[in-house]
Amino acid sequence: MTREFLIQASYLASSVLFILGLRSLTHPDSARRGMQLAALGMLIAVVGTLLHREIVDYRWILAGLALGSLIGYPMGMWVPMTAMPQRIAISHMFGALAATLVGVAEFYDLGSGAGVGHAQMAALGFEVLFGSLTITGSLMAFLKLQEVLPGAPITFRGQNLASLALFASGLGLLAWLVASPVHPGAFYGMLAVGLAFGVSLVLPIGGADMPVVISLLNSYAGLASAATGFAIGNNVLIIAGALDGASGFILSIVMSKAMNRSFANVLFGAFGSPQASAGRTSEGLAVRAVTPEDAAIQLAYARKVIVVPGYGMAVSQAQHQLRELAALIERNGGEVIYAIHPVAGRMPGHMNVLLAEANVPYDKLREMEDVNPEFASADAVLVIGANDVVNPAAKHDRASPIYGMPILDVDQAKNVIVMKRSMSPGFAGIENELFYMPATSMLFGDAKQSLQKLIAQVKQA
Amino acid sequence: MTSSALVQSLYVFALAGFVGFLVITRVPALLHTPLMSATNAISAISLVGSLVAAGADRSRVATLLGFVAVTSATINVVGGFLITDRMLRMFHRGPRAQPADEEPKK
Repeated sequence: MTREFLIQASYLASSVLFILGLRSLTHPDSARRGMQLAALGMLIAVVGTLLHREIVDYRWILAGLALGSLIGYPMGMWVPMTAMPQRIAISHMFGALAATLVGVAEFYDLGSGAGVGHAQMAALGFEVLFGSLTITGSLMAFLKLQEVLPGAPITFRGQNLASLALFASGLGLLAWLVASPVHPGAFYGMLAVGLAFGVSLVLPIGGADMPVVISLLNSYAGLASAATGFAIGNNVLIIAGALDGASGFILSIVMSKAMNRSFANVLFGAFGSPQASAGRTSEGLAVRAVTPEDAAIQLAYARKVIVVPGYGMAVSQAQHQLRELAALIERNGGEVIYAIHPVAGRMPGHMNVLLAEANVPYDKLREMEDVNPEFASADAVLVIGANDVVNPAAKHDRASPIYGMPILDVDQAKNVIVMKRSMSPGFAGIENELFYMPATSMLFGDAKQSLQKLIAQVKQA
Repeated sequence: MTSSALVQSLYVFALAGFVGFLVITRVPALLHTPLMSATNAISAISLVGSLVAAGADRSRVATLLGFVAVTSATINVVGGFLITDRMLRMFHRGPRAQPADEEPKK
């Protein structure tokens, strides 16, 4: 009795600490302390669980805890901030793997379905179906972000049909199992279908859509944990899983909105979109290239500079050079702020983390709605490796595939310097009108090298 | 699991989902990446279920699956909380009247 009470009390305490921890994330100043509380909650829950009467052998537990810590520590401490998207993607895989394996172990121990009621089978089924598709889906996302697989959509004819057929058969197997749980074949078949569906779901999704996919996978990993809680009757799992599920779901909605696309369009829209993107072409238009010397003169004594970072900054890891340049402009009496589009980069908040790593104070990082009115009054706007999020076609060109997407109003600025590797169109294959506007000059080259040249020139200016 | 237990679990799930919704809609976009790694670390609470599977000695299969599950969940707990803290440590407010080229002190 006391033992059971202690276990339940530990779960209650950790649930409360988890919620407090997430609540602290509403402000950067309180966030660290709050997350330490959440970590304490995790420790309490683990210690409580170790009191469990059913646990008779601690050897495998200790081995797992030791091995997990051994792998987890470097993944926490040594992974560079630039690798954060793939780091997050792979962690969704580990979370889903744990939930799925617990589900399989539970099913196996209950006589491969013989001792499983309908309600419990529903929980186990959801756990394994969501878990398995998240395992492979996250693995594919990781491989794409790590550039083991190409970032561009991988498609074949009839892919959507194949994906939908896999999903439907997964749900069909789940329904069958709930109706009659004693079907190990159906259970393991569902596991296999889930794994295959995860692959076919993520392979056709391109790099620029990764923020939505990572958020969705975050949500699925949480739901798989919550389903584990249902299956083994454990409230703290349900609560933590629901929190994670809600968080991922909200993030994926925010991301989809910021791209003006529906989930369905992100998940199944990879077909022919680059080819079909008519929009306007660049024929007859010319861009104005600028030398680092001239660009440096425009920046050196600017009163107000707005920086628009994009995935290109992350690729060339130019955030530290950017910060150095900003410091020079600030020393000359100028103000530098950073305009962050919600889907800039490959995951929610990607740019904020990189700039924070480069020591940019967070009060200089502005969200799209706040910063948009300021472009008109800026002396110079520096676009670093961002493309679609600054394309004015989103506002007025109905033929453009990104029409309707909220963008940063860089086209309102008097003077725009775009740093770009070459004139090849961005990921979506769309021409960007901004590059052809009279106020825009292009500084070609790798972002990091260009910034180094700018720094050298501004120092002399 | 009886159906009343299922309903009770659904209660908990629904209420926790609401709390999650209310709390997380207030997290600024600035902290969306730490939010992701934090929720990921928290949902590694499936460690709790893994521990029982690995230690209950019900069958060799369950013990082995449990061991792998404990390992994966621990990776997320240890790695997740560490990396969240590492990220949050980087976020700081700008100095007020300090020259900009100096390293801001934490």
